[in-house]
Amino acid sequence: MLAGRVAGLRYGWRALPVLVVLLGIWELYVDLGGADPLILPPPHAVASALYTDRALLWSNFLVTAQEILIGIAISAVVGLAFSISLHFSPRTLRPAVYPLLVASQAVPIALLAPILVLWLGFGLLSKIVVIAIVCFFSIVVTTLADLGSVDPDLIKLMRTLDATRLQTFRYVEFPSALPGVLTGSKIAVVVAPIAAVLAEQAGSSAGLGYVFTEANNQLLTARMCAAVAILAAFAITLFVLLTLAERLAVPWVRQPPIENAA
Amino acid sequence: MEALAPAQTMAVAVENVTRTFAGRRQRVTALEGMSLRAGRGEIVAVVGPSGCGKTTLLELICGLQKPDAGTVETAPAALMPQRDLLLPWRSATDNAALALQLRGVPTEEARAQAKPWLVRFGLDGFEHARPAQLSGGMRQRVSFLRTLLAGKPVLALDEPFAALDALTRQEMQTWLAHVLESEPRTVVLVTHDVEEAVVLADRVVVMSRRPGRTVAEIEVPLPRPRRRTDPAVGELREQALRALGVEE
Repeated sequence: MLAGRVAGLRYGWRALPVLVVLLGIWELYVDLGGADPLILPPPHAVASALYTDRALLWSNFLVTAQEILIGIAISAVVGLAFSISLHFSPRTLRPAVYPLLVASQAVPIALLAPILVLWLGFGLLSKIVVIAIVCFFSIVVTTLADLGSVDPDLIKLMRTLDATRLQTFRYVEFPSALPGVLTGSKIAVVVAPIAAVLAEQAGSSAGLGYVFTEANNQLLTARMCAAVAILAAFAITLFVLLTLAERLAVPWVRQPPIENAA
Repeated sequence: MEALAPAQTMAVAVENVTRTFAGRRQRVTALEGMSLRAGRGEIVAVVGPSGCGKTTLLELICGLQKPDAGTVETAPAALMPQRDLLLPWRSATDNAALALQLRGVPTEEARAQAKPWLVRFGLDGFEHARPAQLSGGMRQRVSFLRTLLAGKPVLALDEPFAALDALTRQEMQTWLAHVLESEPRTVVLVTHDVEEAVVLADRVVVMSRRPGRTVAEIEVPLPRPRRRTDPAVGELREQALRALGVEE
């Protein structure tokens, strides 16, 4: 059963040949003199940087990964709680809050991050807050959509079965909203690394964003690319894990194959 | 409510009811001067053209709407909707047990109470199946069981078999007739299938086009089980169709 559900992930490997071809074009372009390898390092240089700098990259990756995981977890919990309270609030409140939510997302996080770092300090807290702010929106939007799309006939049915408002929420609306939390989290894991790097660049002494900034100052472009590659791989890993979690936790929802989901 | 029920001879008494909805452009009168009575244990089928306010009638009976004029007095009624509306994350057992859980029965006890019913309804082996794994007929049986286990004296069935293929529909009609014989309830069955009405009901109420009202009442004094091929069934069916304005 599980094997069948996971089988869909196999198709993800079809991206591999495309990736190899793209890397090949990049390698040839630099090797044939299209760009100065100091400015645009060829893939083999990035690979060797990944190896020689592995201790540095790994310890800083752990810092960034921790920020991202805590940030997403917090925004999932807060986002769910926020969506539920907005869902239960008077109808007049929702149109009042929703535009502000959209506006909050339109504020460039690159501008907000330095302020938050000054305010909350150079440590973990400011990074988590920046990531959580960026992830919050997608989780709230998808969760609210799921909460609101519950079949009105189902609500009527619950009323004829004498369900209280709370029972209707517990038995119908809450399970309906769970897929939304996971879908929102899938969108969030892809943008979270961007937020993490921006927050680290705004002020930090560790993390891949910090490594990136330092390497940039020293013109170590291969190391910069290595840091980016690690972040991308991490985002893909989280996305795949969440897709698996969806299949296990909310198997009644028909998921599109992974290549469409992305 | 329940304490009052024995004093009444009627389980459902809809008297001269009017119900109007404010549409975007115009007001739509779904029911006007509609009356319907169902005695305790009686099976009343309501047939009528599309959009004649049959669903509105059931929602009035279930207390989901209030009439604009007229009165609705009924014993507590549970609705079985046209679509099964089973919860996709719940197994067949848990969907059936939902009505019990809502009445405060603990989960395990509710499951234990629902289980023999699933077997009785021919769903043994599918206790743990989710709705997506069940056939259309099975889903309607689970849906009906959920309505039944709500423990209300009146069942309001809204075109319960309309979405099924013709063969399954006939099977389900036979099955429902059988269940209601061993589990008598007051039933208001809304349908657009005149044959279904005659096969299942003690009395067929024919409604007019919108705004809906009763235009004919046809007693069905035939013994059970009834056969579709019985000439008496055919005759009553034609009588109902004539009342609907559909000549054969």
